[in-house]
Amino acid sequence: MSILYLKNTTAIVEMADLMRSNGKIYVLLAVVLLIFAGIVFFLMFMEYRLSKLEKEVEDHTAKN
Amino acid sequence: MPRLNPYKWLAILLLSLVIPMGWMGDVPRKIILNESIRNLYFHVPMWFGMIFLLAASAWHSLCYLRDRQMHHDRLADSYSIVGLLFGLLGLTTGMIWAQFTWGAWWSGDPKQNASAIALLMYLAYRVLRSSFPQPDTRARVSAVYNLFAFASLIPLLFILPRLTDSLHPGNGGNPGFNSYDLDGRMRLIFYPAVLAFTLLGFWLADLYARLRRVNQILQEHYTR
Repeated sequence: MSILYLKNTTAIVEMADLMRSNGKIYVLLAVVLLIFAGIVFFLMFMEYRLSKLEKEVEDHTAKN
Repeated sequence: MPRLNPYKWLAILLLSLVIPMGWMGDVPRKIILNESIRNLYFHVPMWFGMIFLLAASAWHSLCYLRDRQMHHDRLADSYSIVGLLFGLLGLTTGMIWAQFTWGAWWSGDPKQNASAIALLMYLAYRVLRSSFPQPDTRARVSAVYNLFAFASLIPLLFILPRLTDSLHPGNGGNPGFNSYDLDGRMRLIFYPAVLAFTLLGFWLADLYARLRRVNQILQEHYTR
């Protein structure tokens, strides 16, 4: 537990500074954002198909 | 372009802000955590989202018991299935993080065990639902179960892990978020992330509930 009370010094804590300094982190960010865009696109597609199905079912059941 | 309820647009907007900000925004430099401190933006919103979804599910179970309207049962079902999905994602993302900060995928930590038990209760809810052929009996019995499940969820996740020592940030005697050393920069991304993932969860549940509705209408129509 004692390690939790160590003072966090900014100089020695290792972060992903290299990936940020040479810009390669943006490659991963682009990948993640594209995947997210794909998922959103699919959700929209589901909305579209589901709304059509709801309308069809309502029209059909209202008639009979 | 389908017509979307405004909250769904808000979910898309917030998520497309939160993802780049979560990756690129400034975070405190901490030993052990290093960059994994960013898990706060992605892992923690899963649990917050789960709580909101399961609360909505319990609310609709209560509404069903009051007025016996079938759409409440559908909503309770849908919110709980997406809540379960978020919980499973929360548990697995937590395990990945734990391997690299606590040194083990599973260390039997009170927070881990309690969340596993909580998820098992909601898995049992799935089994319970599928074991009744008659919709009315299914709706009534599973509504009662769902209320008990939600009532046990709160002590499991928020009270029991705090009564003992836990590795998890925010536990082991620490009641709130202070142990995260959550500074202003992180709050600015964390709260929108919680809202964004919660709204996404409600969106998924909405799709599922509408699918179930069409399914039930068709079933009633063709069995008559």
